[in-house]
Amino acid sequence: MKQTADPMPEKGRDLNDYNFAYLDEQTKRMIRRAILKGLAIPGYQVPFASREMPMPYGWGTGGVQVSAATLTPEDTFKVIDQGADDTTNAVSIRKFFERTAGVATTEETARASVIQTRHRIPEQPLTEDQILVYQVPIPEPLRFLEPSEIETRKMHALEEYGLMHVKLYEDIARHGQIATAYAYPVKVEGRYVMDPSPIPKFDNPKMSGNAAIQLFGAGREQRIYALPPYTQVVSLDFQDYPFEASKADASCDLCGADSSYLDEVIMDDAGGRMFVCSDTDYCRARRDAGQSGSTATRENGS
Amino acid sequence: MTRADPLLSVQGVAKYYGARIGCADVSFDLYPGEVMGIVGESGSGKSTLLNCLAGHLAPDRGQVLFDTRAEGLRDTVTMSEPERRMLGRTDWAYVHQHARDGLRMNVSAGGNVGERLMAVGARHYGEIRDSAEDWLGRVEIDTTRIDDRPTAFSGGMQQRLQIARNLVTGPRLVFMDEPTGGLDVSVQARLLDLLRGLVREMGLSAIIVTHDLAVVRLLADRLMVMKDGHVVEAGLTDQVLDDPQHAYTQLLVSSVLHV
Repeated sequence: MKQTADPMPEKGRDLNDYNFAYLDEQTKRMIRRAILKGLAIPGYQVPFASREMPMPYGWGTGGVQVSAATLTPEDTFKVIDQGADDTTNAVSIRKFFERTAGVATTEETARASVIQTRHRIPEQPLTEDQILVYQVPIPEPLRFLEPSEIETRKMHALEEYGLMHVKLYEDIARHGQIATAYAYPVKVEGRYVMDPSPIPKFDNPKMSGNAAIQLFGAGREQRIYALPPYTQVVSLDFQDYPFEASKADASCDLCGADSSYLDEVIMDDAGGRMFVCSDTDYCRARRDAGQSGSTATRENGS
Repeated sequence: MTRADPLLSVQGVAKYYGARIGCADVSFDLYPGEVMGIVGESGSGKSTLLNCLAGHLAPDRGQVLFDTRAEGLRDTVTMSEPERRMLGRTDWAYVHQHARDGLRMNVSAGGNVGERLMAVGARHYGEIRDSAEDWLGRVEIDTTRIDDRPTAFSGGMQQRLQIARNLVTGPRLVFMDEPTGGLDVSVQARLLDLLRGLVREMGLSAIIVTHDLAVVRLLADRLMVMKDGHVVEAGLTDQVLDDPQHAYTQLLVSSVLHV
Protein backbone atom coordinates (compact mmCIF):
# COMPACT_ATOMS: atom_id res chain seq x y z
CA MET A 1 0.00 0.00 0.00
CA LYS A 2 1.34 3.39 -0.95
CA GLN A 3 1.35 6.17 1.54
CA THR A 4 -0.30 9.37 0.41
CA ALA A 5 1.99 11.64 2.38
CA ASP A 6 5.54 11.06 1.25
CA PRO A 7 7.87 13.48 3.05
CA MET A 8 11.01 11.95 1.56
CA PRO A 9 10.36 11.25 -2.12
CA GLU A 10 12.63 8.80 -3.87
CA LYS A 11 15.66 10.36 -5.40
CA GLY A 12 14.94 11.44 -8.95
CA ARG A 13 11.20 11.32 -8.76
CA ASP A 14 10.79 14.89 -7.56
CA LEU A 15 12.95 16.12 -10.43
CA ASN A 16 10.64 14.66 -13.04
CA ASP A 17 7.74 16.56 -11.52
CA TYR A 18 9.30 19.84 -12.54
CA ASN A 19 9.21 21.40 -15.96
CA PHE A 20 12.63 21.97 -17.53
CA ALA A 21 14.40 24.73 -15.58
CA TYR A 22 11.65 24.91 -12.95
CA LEU A 23 9.42 27.56 -14.57
CA ASP A 24 6.38 26.57 -16.66
CA GLU A 25 6.48 27.31 -20.38
CA GLN A 26 3.97 30.17 -20.23
CA THR A 27 6.06 31.97 -17.67
CA LYS A 28 9.22 31.46 -19.68
CA ARG A 29 7.45 32.78 -22.74
CA MET A 30 6.40 35.89 -20.82
CA ILE A 31 9.95 36.41 -19.57
CA ARG A 32 11.44 35.88 -23.03
CA ARG A 33 9.12 38.52 -24.42
CA ALA A 34 10.35 40.92 -21.74
CA ILE A 35 13.97 40.02 -22.57
CA LEU A 36 13.41 40.61 -26.30
CA LYS A 37 11.80 43.95 -25.59
CA GLY A 38 14.70 44.84 -23.32
CA LEU A 39 17.19 43.93 -26.06
CA ALA A 40 15.26 46.04 -28.55
CA ILE A 41 15.42 49.09 -26.25
CA PRO A 42 18.83 48.84 -24.54
CA GLY A 43 18.75 50.08 -20.95
CA TYR A 44 14.96 50.38 -20.74
CA GLN A 45 13.40 48.66 -17.73
CA VAL A 46 10.72 46.26 -18.93
CA PRO A 47 8.13 45.29 -16.30
CA PHE A 48 7.41 41.56 -16.06
CA ALA A 49 5.24 39.35 -13.87
CA SER A 50 7.94 38.06 -11.55
CA ARG A 51 7.14 34.69 -9.99
CA GLU A 52 7.67 33.42 -6.49
CA MET A 53 10.87 31.41 -6.58
CA PRO A 54 11.95 28.81 -4.01
CA MET A 55 14.47 31.23 -2.53
CA PRO A 56 14.15 34.55 -0.74
CA TYR A 57 14.18 37.93 -2.47
CA GLY A 58 17.69 39.29 -2.52
CA TRP A 59 19.12 35.87 -3.38
CA GLY A 60 18.86 36.37 -7.10
CA THR A 61 15.23 35.58 -7.89
CA GLY A 62 15.32 37.94 -10.88
CA GLY A 63 18.52 36.47 -12.27
CA VAL A 64 17.25 32.94 -11.73
CA GLN A 65 14.08 33.63 -13.68
CA VAL A 66 16.02 35.17 -16.55
CA SER A 67 18.43 32.21 -16.55
CA ALA A 68 15.53 29.75 -16.46
CA ALA A 69 13.96 31.41 -19.49
CA THR A 70 17.30 31.52 -21.31
CA LEU A 71 18.70 28.03 -20.64
CA THR A 72 18.39 25.22 -23.17
CA PRO A 73 19.30 21.57 -22.40
CA GLU A 74 22.54 21.96 -24.41
CA ASP A 75 23.79 24.92 -22.37
CA THR A 76 26.68 24.92 -19.94
CA PHE A 77 25.89 26.99 -16.89
CA LYS A 78 28.18 28.92 -14.56
CA VAL A 79 27.22 30.93 -11.48
CA ILE A 80 29.40 33.44 -9.69
CA ASP A 81 28.74 35.40 -6.54
CA GLN A 82 31.09 38.40 -6.08
CA GLY A 83 33.35 36.69 -8.62
CA ALA A 84 33.53 33.40 -6.72
CA ASP A 85 32.12 30.05 -7.84
CA ASP A 86 32.17 28.52 -4.39
CA THR A 87 30.13 30.89 -2.20
CA THR A 88 26.68 30.06 -0.84
CA ASN A 89 24.65 31.98 -3.38
CA ALA A 90 26.58 30.61 -6.33
CA VAL A 91 26.55 27.03 -5.08
CA SER A 92 22.83 27.00 -4.30
CA ILE A 93 21.78 28.51 -7.65
CA ARG A 94 24.11 26.17 -9.56
CA LYS A 95 22.64 23.18 -7.72
CA PHE A 96 19.13 24.49 -8.33
CA PHE A 97 19.64 24.34 -12.09
CA GLU A 98 21.59 21.10 -11.95
CA ARG A 99 18.51 19.54 -10.34
CA THR A 100 15.69 21.30 -12.18
CA ALA A 101 17.24 21.64 -15.65
CA GLY A 102 19.90 18.95 -15.61
CA VAL A 103 22.23 21.21 -17.58
CA ALA A 104 25.98 20.82 -17.50
CA THR A 105 27.71 23.23 -15.14
CA THR A 106 31.22 24.54 -15.08
CA GLU A 107 33.45 26.90 -13.18
CA GLU A 108 35.45 27.84 -16.26
CA THR A 109 34.33 31.11 -17.77
CA ALA A 110 35.38 30.13 -21.29
CA ARG A 111 33.36 26.90 -21.27
CA ALA A 112 30.10 28.43 -20.01
CA SER A 113 27.38 29.50 -22.43
CA VAL A 114 25.17 31.11 -19.77
CA ILE A 115 26.76 32.83 -16.77
CA GLN A 116 24.62 34.09 -13.93
CA THR A 117 26.45 36.66 -11.85
CA ARG A 118 25.97 38.52 -8.64
CA HIS A 119 27.94 41.77 -8.60
CA ARG A 120 30.86 40.97 -10.90
CA ILE A 121 31.80 40.61 -14.56
CA PRO A 122 34.34 37.81 -15.18
CA GLU A 123 37.90 38.99 -15.86
CA GLN A 124 38.20 36.87 -19.00
CA PRO A 125 36.63 38.66 -21.97
CA LEU A 126 33.29 37.15 -22.99
CA THR A 127 32.43 35.99 -26.51
CA GLU A 128 29.46 36.24 -28.83
CA ASP A 129 28.39 32.73 -27.81
CA GLN A 130 27.84 33.71 -24.20
CA ILE A 131 25.03 35.27 -22.19
CA LEU A 132 25.72 37.09 -18.93
CA VAL A 133 22.77 37.28 -16.51
CA TYR A 134 22.97 39.84 -13.69
CA GLN A 135 21.08 39.71 -10.40
CA VAL A 136 19.70 43.17 -9.69
CA PRO A 137 18.40 44.33 -6.32
CA ILE A 138 17.16 47.83 -7.28
CA PRO A 139 16.89 48.46 -11.03
CA GLU A 140 15.97 52.15 -10.79
CA PRO A 141 19.11 54.34 -10.72
CA LEU A 142 17.06 57.41 -9.75
CA ARG A 143 15.30 55.71 -6.85
CA PHE A 144 17.27 57.11 -3.93
CA LEU A 145 16.68 60.69 -5.06
CA GLU A 146 13.16 60.35 -6.42
CA PRO A 147 10.91 57.95 -4.52
CA SER A 148 7.95 58.19 -6.92
CA GLU A 149 7.86 55.50 -9.61
CA ILE A 150 5.49 57.60 -11.74
CA GLU A 151 7.97 60.46 -11.65
CA THR A 152 11.05 58.32 -12.41
CA ARG A 153 9.31 56.69 -15.38
CA LYS A 154 8.47 60.13 -16.68
CA MET A 155 12.07 61.23 -16.19
CA HIS A 156 13.29 58.24 -18.21
CA ALA A 157 10.72 58.88 -20.92
CA LEU A 158 11.69 62.54 -21.23
CA GLU A 159 15.43 61.98 -20.71
CA GLU A 160 15.50 64.24 -17.65
CA TYR A 161 18.65 62.92 -16.06
CA GLY A 162 19.97 66.00 -14.25
CA LEU A 163 19.14 64.35 -10.95
CA MET A 164 21.68 61.59 -11.54
CA HIS A 165 24.42 64.20 -11.53
CA VAL A 166 23.06 65.66 -8.30
CA LYS A 167 23.98 62.33 -6.69
CA LEU A 168 27.52 62.54 -8.07
CA TYR A 169 27.71 66.21 -7.03
CA GLU A 170 26.81 65.21 -3.48
CA ASP A 171 29.59 62.61 -3.53
CA ILE A 172 32.22 65.15 -4.49
CA ALA A 173 30.89 67.77 -2.06
CA ARG A 174 31.04 65.30 0.81
CA HIS A 175 34.07 63.16 -0.02
CA GLY A 176 36.16 65.26 -2.40
CA GLN A 177 35.72 62.69 -5.16
CA ILE A 178 33.04 60.52 -6.68
CA ALA A 179 32.83 58.00 -3.87
CA THR A 180 30.24 55.77 -5.51
CA ALA A 181 32.25 52.59 -5.90
CA TYR A 182 29.57 50.16 -7.03
CA ALA A 183 26.23 50.40 -8.86
CA TYR A 184 27.80 53.33 -10.66
CA PRO A 185 25.20 54.83 -13.05
CA VAL A 186 25.78 54.50 -16.79
CA LYS A 187 24.18 55.89 -19.93
CA VAL A 188 23.35 53.36 -22.64
CA GLU A 189 23.78 54.39 -26.29
CA GLY A 190 23.29 58.02 -25.31
CA ARG A 191 19.72 57.41 -24.21
CA TYR A 192 18.72 55.52 -21.05
CA VAL A 193 20.47 55.93 -17.74
CA MET A 194 20.83 52.47 -16.22
CA ASP A 195 21.83 50.92 -12.92
CA PRO A 196 24.47 48.30 -13.80
CA SER A 197 23.53 46.33 -10.62
CA PRO A 198 26.01 46.51 -7.74
CA ILE A 199 29.10 45.59 -9.77
CA PRO A 200 32.24 47.50 -8.76
CA LYS A 201 32.81 50.51 -10.99
CA PHE A 202 36.02 48.73 -12.03
CA ASP A 203 33.77 46.51 -14.16
CA ASN A 204 31.83 49.35 -15.80
CA PRO A 205 34.12 49.70 -18.84
CA LYS A 206 33.74 45.97 -19.52
CA MET A 207 30.03 46.43 -20.17
CA SER A 208 30.67 48.73 -23.10
CA GLY A 209 31.14 47.04 -26.45
CA ASN A 210 30.92 43.61 -24.84
CA ALA A 211 30.48 40.74 -27.33
CA ALA A 212 28.13 38.82 -25.03
CA ILE A 213 24.44 39.47 -24.47
CA GLN A 214 23.95 41.04 -21.03
CA LEU A 215 20.61 40.52 -19.29
CA PHE A 216 19.54 42.07 -15.99
CA GLY A 217 16.79 40.60 -13.82
CA ALA A 218 15.25 42.18 -10.72
CA GLY A 219 12.79 39.74 -9.14
CA ARG A 220 11.34 41.75 -6.29
CA GLU A 221 11.09 44.94 -8.35
CA GLN A 222 9.76 42.98 -11.36
CA ARG A 223 11.98 44.53 -14.00
CA ILE A 224 14.14 43.12 -16.79
CA TYR A 225 16.57 45.15 -18.85
CA ALA A 226 19.27 44.22 -21.32
CA LEU A 227 22.31 45.21 -23.32
CA PRO A 228 22.67 43.64 -26.77
CA PRO A 229 26.23 42.77 -27.91
CA TYR A 230 28.53 45.69 -28.69
CA THR A 231 26.37 48.31 -26.99
CA GLN A 232 27.97 51.59 -26.01
CA VAL A 233 27.83 52.09 -22.24
CA VAL A 234 29.25 55.29 -20.74
CA SER A 235 29.74 55.93 -17.03
CA LEU A 236 28.41 59.33 -15.94
CA ASP A 237 30.88 61.89 -14.63
CA PHE A 238 31.82 65.56 -14.47
CA GLN A 239 34.25 67.25 -16.86
CA ASP A 240 36.57 68.12 -13.98
CA TYR A 241 35.98 64.84 -12.11
CA PRO A 242 36.20 62.17 -14.83
CA PHE A 243 35.15 58.58 -14.26
CA GLU A 244 37.86 56.29 -12.97
CA ALA A 245 37.68 52.49 -12.83
CA SER A 246 39.27 51.98 -9.45
CA LYS A 247 40.60 48.89 -7.67
CA ALA A 248 42.77 48.13 -4.67
CA ASP A 249 46.31 49.33 -5.33
CA ALA A 250 47.96 45.91 -5.01
CA SER A 251 48.37 42.64 -6.84
CA CYS A 252 46.87 39.24 -6.07
CA ASP A 253 48.80 37.43 -3.34
CA LEU A 254 47.91 34.07 -4.85
CA CYS A 255 48.46 34.51 -8.58
CA GLY A 256 50.25 37.83 -8.82
CA ALA A 257 47.71 39.43 -11.16
CA ASP A 258 47.91 43.22 -10.99
CA SER A 259 45.08 44.10 -13.33
CA SER A 260 42.21 42.06 -11.86
CA TYR A 261 39.70 43.22 -9.28
CA LEU A 262 40.89 42.28 -5.78
CA ASP A 263 39.18 41.29 -2.53
CA GLU A 264 40.84 42.25 0.71
CA VAL A 265 40.95 39.35 3.17
CA ILE A 266 41.63 40.02 6.85
CA MET A 267 43.99 37.32 8.12
CA ASP A 268 44.19 37.97 11.87
CA ASP A 269 43.36 40.63 14.42
CA ALA A 270 46.83 42.18 14.24
CA GLY A 271 46.36 43.98 10.93
CA GLY A 272 47.39 41.08 8.76
CA ARG A 273 45.68 41.03 5.38
CA MET A 274 46.03 39.75 1.88
CA PHE A 275 44.60 40.65 -1.50
CA VAL A 276 43.19 37.95 -3.75
CA CYS A 277 41.45 38.01 -7.11
CA SER A 278 37.71 38.25 -6.62
CA ASP A 279 37.31 36.13 -9.80
CA THR A 280 38.26 32.69 -8.43
CA ASP A 281 38.26 30.98 -11.83
CA TYR A 282 40.62 33.60 -13.29
CA CYS A 283 42.95 33.25 -10.30
CA ARG A 284 42.96 29.43 -10.45
CA ALA A 285 43.66 29.44 -14.20
CA ARG A 286 46.63 31.74 -13.68
CA ARG A 287 48.04 29.59 -10.89
CA ASP A 288 47.56 26.45 -13.00
CA ALA A 289 49.59 28.18 -15.70
CA GLY A 290 52.43 28.65 -13.22
CA GLN A 291 51.88 32.26 -12.11
CA SER A 292 52.25 33.02 -8.42
CA GLY A 293 51.95 35.92 -6.03
CA SER A 294 53.74 37.01 -2.89
CA THR A 295 52.17 34.35 -0.62
CA ALA A 296 53.46 31.52 -2.77
CA THR A 297 56.91 33.09 -2.94
CA ARG A 298 57.00 33.48 0.83
CA GLU A 299 55.97 29.88 1.37
CA ASN A 300 58.53 28.60 -1.13
CA GLY A 301 61.26 30.76 0.36
CA SER A 302 60.76 29.70 3.99
CA MET B 1 7.17 104.55 -24.28
CA THR B 2 6.42 101.66 -26.59
CA ARG B 3 4.54 98.84 -25.01
CA ALA B 4 6.27 95.47 -25.46
CA ASP B 5 4.43 92.24 -26.15
CA PRO B 6 3.10 90.49 -23.07
CA LEU B 7 5.27 87.78 -21.52
CA LEU B 8 2.24 85.83 -20.42
CA SER B 9 -1.24 86.18 -21.79
CA VAL B 10 -4.04 84.37 -19.96
CA GLN B 11 -7.34 84.05 -21.76
CA GLY B 12 -10.53 82.69 -20.28
CA VAL B 13 -8.88 80.10 -18.06
CA ALA B 14 -11.29 77.90 -16.12
CA LYS B 15 -10.81 74.83 -13.94
CA TYR B 16 -13.65 72.80 -12.46
CA TYR B 17 -13.52 70.18 -9.78
CA GLY B 18 -16.57 68.21 -10.88
CA ALA B 19 -19.48 70.62 -10.58
CA ARG B 20 -17.54 72.90 -8.26
CA ILE B 21 -15.70 75.88 -9.68
CA GLY B 22 -11.95 76.04 -9.05
CA CYS B 23 -11.53 79.24 -11.00
CA ALA B 24 -13.42 80.61 -13.99
CA ASP B 25 -13.12 83.26 -16.72
CA VAL B 26 -9.70 84.52 -15.70
CA SER B 27 -7.99 86.68 -18.29
CA PHE B 28 -5.03 89.00 -17.96
CA ASP B 29 -1.75 89.98 -19.58
CA LEU B 30 1.55 90.11 -17.77
CA TYR B 31 4.31 92.24 -19.27
CA PRO B 32 8.07 91.73 -18.87
CA GLY B 33 9.35 93.06 -15.57
CA GLU B 34 5.88 93.28 -14.08
CA VAL B 35 4.80 91.73 -10.79
CA MET B 36 1.19 90.65 -10.46
CA GLY B 37 -0.38 89.91 -7.11
CA ILE B 38 -3.37 87.63 -6.66
CA VAL B 39 -5.18 88.00 -3.35
CA GLY B 40 -8.29 86.44 -1.94
CA GLU B 41 -9.48 84.35 0.98
CA SER B 42 -8.84 80.65 1.39
CA GLY B 43 -10.73 78.64 -1.21
CA SER B 44 -11.10 81.54 -3.61
CA GLY B 45 -9.22 79.70 -6.35
CA LYS B 46 -5.88 81.52 -6.16
CA SER B 47 -3.75 78.41 -5.90
CA THR B 48 -5.82 76.56 -8.51
CA LEU B 49 -5.25 79.43 -10.90
CA LEU B 50 -1.52 79.53 -10.17
CA ASN B 51 -1.20 75.79 -10.73
CA CYS B 52 -3.05 76.09 -14.04
CA LEU B 53 -0.71 78.85 -15.15
CA ALA B 54 2.42 76.98 -14.05
CA GLY B 55 1.36 73.81 -15.85
CA HIS B 56 0.85 71.71 -12.72
CA LEU B 57 -2.89 71.44 -13.44
CA ALA B 58 -4.53 71.24 -16.84
CA PRO B 59 -7.23 73.92 -17.11
CA ASP B 60 -10.59 72.79 -18.52
CA ARG B 61 -10.93 75.85 -20.70
CA GLY B 62 -8.88 78.79 -21.90
CA GLN B 63 -5.38 79.51 -23.09
CA VAL B 64 -2.15 80.30 -21.29
CA LEU B 65 0.11 81.92 -23.87
CA PHE B 66 3.78 82.30 -22.94
CA ASP B 67 6.34 84.23 -24.94
CA THR B 68 8.90 81.47 -25.55
CA ARG B 69 12.43 82.42 -26.52
CA ALA B 70 12.43 80.38 -29.71
CA GLU B 71 8.93 80.62 -31.11
CA GLY B 72 7.19 83.60 -29.53
CA LEU B 73 3.73 83.20 -27.99
CA ARG B 74 2.83 79.53 -27.48
CA ASP B 75 -0.12 78.01 -25.65
CA THR B 76 1.41 76.10 -22.74
CA VAL B 77 -1.80 74.15 -22.17
CA THR B 78 -1.62 72.41 -25.54
CA MET B 79 2.16 72.19 -25.92
CA SER B 80 3.73 68.78 -25.38
CA GLU B 81 4.68 67.69 -21.91
CA PRO B 82 8.46 67.62 -22.55
CA GLU B 83 8.30 71.21 -23.78
CA ARG B 84 6.26 72.28 -20.77
CA ARG B 85 8.61 70.56 -18.35
CA MET B 86 11.55 72.14 -20.15
CA LEU B 87 9.98 75.55 -19.58
CA GLY B 88 9.44 74.55 -15.95
CA ARG B 89 13.17 74.20 -15.38
CA THR B 90 14.45 77.02 -17.58
CA ASP B 91 12.24 80.04 -18.12
CA TRP B 92 9.84 79.38 -15.25
CA ALA B 93 10.39 79.09 -11.56
CA TYR B 94 7.94 77.98 -8.89
CA VAL B 95 8.37 78.95 -5.26
CA HIS B 96 6.26 76.78 -2.99
CA GLN B 97 4.67 77.98 0.22
CA HIS B 98 6.40 75.24 2.16
CA ALA B 99 10.09 75.14 1.33
CA ARG B 100 10.03 71.39 1.96
CA ASP B 101 7.87 70.92 -1.13
CA GLY B 102 10.33 72.77 -3.31
CA LEU B 103 13.62 71.48 -1.90
CA ARG B 104 15.28 68.09 -1.82
CA MET B 105 15.71 67.72 1.90
CA ASN B 106 18.31 64.93 1.69
CA VAL B 107 20.57 66.83 -0.70
CA SER B 108 23.01 69.54 0.38
CA ALA B 109 22.26 73.24 -0.19
CA GLY B 110 24.80 73.34 -3.01
CA GLY B 111 23.23 70.31 -4.67
CA ASN B 112 19.80 71.89 -4.37
CA VAL B 113 20.94 75.05 -6.11
CA GLY B 114 22.93 73.09 -8.68
CA GLU B 115 20.13 70.73 -9.63
CA ARG B 116 18.54 73.02 -12.18
CA LEU B 117 21.93 73.76 -13.73
CA MET B 118 22.62 70.04 -14.06
CA ALA B 119 19.11 69.53 -15.43
CA VAL B 120 19.90 71.87 -18.31
CA GLY B 121 23.23 70.20 -19.02
CA ALA B 122 25.92 71.69 -16.74
CA ARG B 123 28.61 69.02 -16.32
CA HIS B 124 31.47 70.91 -14.72
CA TYR B 125 31.59 70.46 -10.95
CA GLY B 126 33.72 73.53 -10.27
CA GLU B 127 31.45 75.86 -12.24
CA ILE B 128 28.29 74.43 -10.69
CA ARG B 129 29.75 74.92 -7.26
CA ASP B 130 30.83 78.48 -8.04
CA SER B 131 27.36 79.51 -9.12
CA ALA B 132 25.83 77.74 -6.12
CA GLU B 133 28.12 79.76 -3.83
CA ASP B 134 27.31 82.93 -5.70
CA TRP B 135 23.59 82.34 -5.29
CA LEU B 136 23.79 81.41 -1.64
CA GLY B 137 25.54 84.75 -1.14
CA ARG B 138 22.85 86.59 -3.03
CA VAL B 139 20.09 85.17 -0.84
CA GLU B 140 22.15 85.93 2.28
CA ILE B 141 23.01 82.38 3.27
CA ASP B 142 26.52 81.93 4.68
CA THR B 143 28.51 80.17 1.94
CA THR B 144 30.23 77.97 4.54
CA ARG B 145 26.89 76.18 4.84
CA ILE B 146 26.95 75.05 1.21
CA ASP B 147 27.39 71.40 2.17
CA ASP B 148 24.73 71.38 4.90
CA ARG B 149 21.39 69.83 4.22
CA PRO B 150 18.25 71.99 4.30
CA THR B 151 17.07 70.03 7.34
CA ALA B 152 19.75 71.90 9.28
CA PHE B 153 18.38 75.27 8.11
CA SER B 154 15.79 77.52 9.75
CA GLY B 155 12.45 78.09 8.01
CA GLY B 156 13.53 81.47 6.64
CA MET B 157 16.80 80.06 5.34
CA GLN B 158 14.98 77.17 3.69
CA GLN B 159 12.70 79.61 1.94
CA ARG B 160 15.67 81.69 0.74
CA LEU B 161 17.41 78.53 -0.42
CA GLN B 162 14.32 77.60 -2.38
CA ILE B 163 14.41 80.99 -4.06
CA ALA B 164 18.11 80.63 -4.92
CA ARG B 165 17.46 77.17 -6.35
CA ASN B 166 14.72 78.56 -8.56
CA LEU B 167 16.50 81.66 -9.80
CA VAL B 168 19.86 80.08 -10.61
CA THR B 169 18.98 79.37 -14.24
CA GLY B 170 17.84 82.96 -14.79
CA PRO B 171 14.12 82.36 -15.32
CA ARG B 172 11.93 85.07 -16.82
CA LEU B 173 8.74 84.26 -14.95
CA VAL B 174 8.43 83.27 -11.31
CA PHE B 175 5.31 81.78 -9.76
CA MET B 176 5.12 82.22 -6.01
CA ASP B 177 2.55 80.56 -3.80
CA GLU B 178 2.43 82.37 -0.44
CA PRO B 179 6.22 82.81 -0.32
CA THR B 180 6.11 84.35 3.16
CA GLY B 181 3.54 82.01 4.68
CA GLY B 182 4.54 80.45 7.96
CA LEU B 183 7.45 82.81 8.62
CA ASP B 184 7.56 85.23 11.51
CA VAL B 185 7.24 88.93 10.70
CA SER B 186 10.88 89.97 10.93
CA VAL B 187 11.93 87.07 8.73
CA GLN B 188 9.07 87.94 6.39
CA ALA B 189 10.33 91.49 6.13
CA ARG B 190 13.85 90.36 5.21
CA LEU B 191 12.52 87.90 2.67
CA LEU B 192 10.32 90.54 1.06
CA ASP B 193 13.24 92.92 0.93
CA LEU B 194 15.35 90.25 -0.74
CA LEU B 195 12.61 89.33 -3.21
CA ARG B 196 12.02 92.95 -4.12
CA GLY B 197 15.74 93.43 -4.75
CA LEU B 198 16.03 90.30 -6.90
CA VAL B 199 12.92 91.07 -8.92
CA ARG B 200 14.11 94.59 -9.70
CA GLU B 201 17.72 93.60 -10.32
CA MET B 202 16.97 90.66 -12.63
CA GLY B 203 13.99 92.30 -14.29
CA LEU B 204 11.85 89.30 -13.38
CA SER B 205 8.19 88.99 -14.01
CA ALA B 206 6.33 87.35 -11.20
CA ILE B 207 2.91 86.17 -10.18
CA ILE B 208 2.49 86.14 -6.43
CA VAL B 209 -0.43 84.42 -4.75
CA THR B 210 -0.98 85.48 -1.19
CA HIS B 211 -3.61 86.40 1.36
CA ASP B 212 -1.27 88.94 2.92
CA LEU B 213 -2.05 92.42 1.62
CA ALA B 214 1.24 93.79 2.94
CA VAL B 215 3.13 91.44 0.65
CA VAL B 216 1.37 92.66 -2.48
CA ARG B 217 1.62 96.28 -1.35
CA LEU B 218 5.41 95.89 -1.25
CA LEU B 219 6.00 93.67 -4.27
CA ALA B 220 3.18 93.84 -6.76
CA ASP B 221 2.64 96.41 -9.49
CA ARG B 222 -0.82 95.16 -10.24
CA LEU B 223 -3.38 93.29 -8.23
CA MET B 224 -6.20 90.85 -8.88
CA VAL B 225 -8.77 90.11 -6.18
CA MET B 226 -10.45 86.71 -6.35
CA LYS B 227 -13.56 85.42 -4.68
CA ASP B 228 -15.35 82.11 -5.27
CA GLY B 229 -13.23 81.36 -8.31
CA HIS B 230 -13.87 84.66 -10.08
CA VAL B 231 -11.82 87.81 -10.39
CA VAL B 232 -13.90 90.51 -8.72
CA GLU B 233 -11.51 93.41 -9.06
CA ALA B 234 -8.23 94.16 -10.80
CA GLY B 235 -6.02 97.19 -11.19
CA LEU B 236 -2.90 98.94 -9.98
CA THR B 237 -2.02 97.77 -6.49
CA ASP B 238 -2.17 101.13 -4.76
CA GLN B 239 -5.37 102.02 -6.54
CA VAL B 240 -7.13 98.81 -5.52
CA LEU B 241 -5.92 98.90 -1.94
CA ASP B 242 -6.52 102.61 -1.37
CA ASP B 243 -9.82 102.87 -3.20
CA PRO B 244 -11.46 99.45 -3.27
CA GLN B 245 -14.62 99.33 -5.37
CA HIS B 246 -16.01 95.86 -4.90
CA ALA B 247 -17.68 95.03 -1.61
CA TYR B 248 -15.45 92.05 -1.03
CA THR B 249 -12.29 94.06 -1.63
CA GLN B 250 -13.52 96.67 0.81
CA LEU B 251 -14.08 93.95 3.38
CA LEU B 252 -10.63 92.52 2.71
CA VAL B 253 -8.87 95.86 3.05
CA SER B 254 -10.76 96.79 6.19
CA SER B 255 -9.99 93.41 7.76
CA VAL B 256 -6.28 94.16 8.00
CA LEU B 257 -5.19 94.93 11.54
CA HIS B 258 -3.25 98.11 12.05
CA VAL B 259 -0.82 97.98 14.91
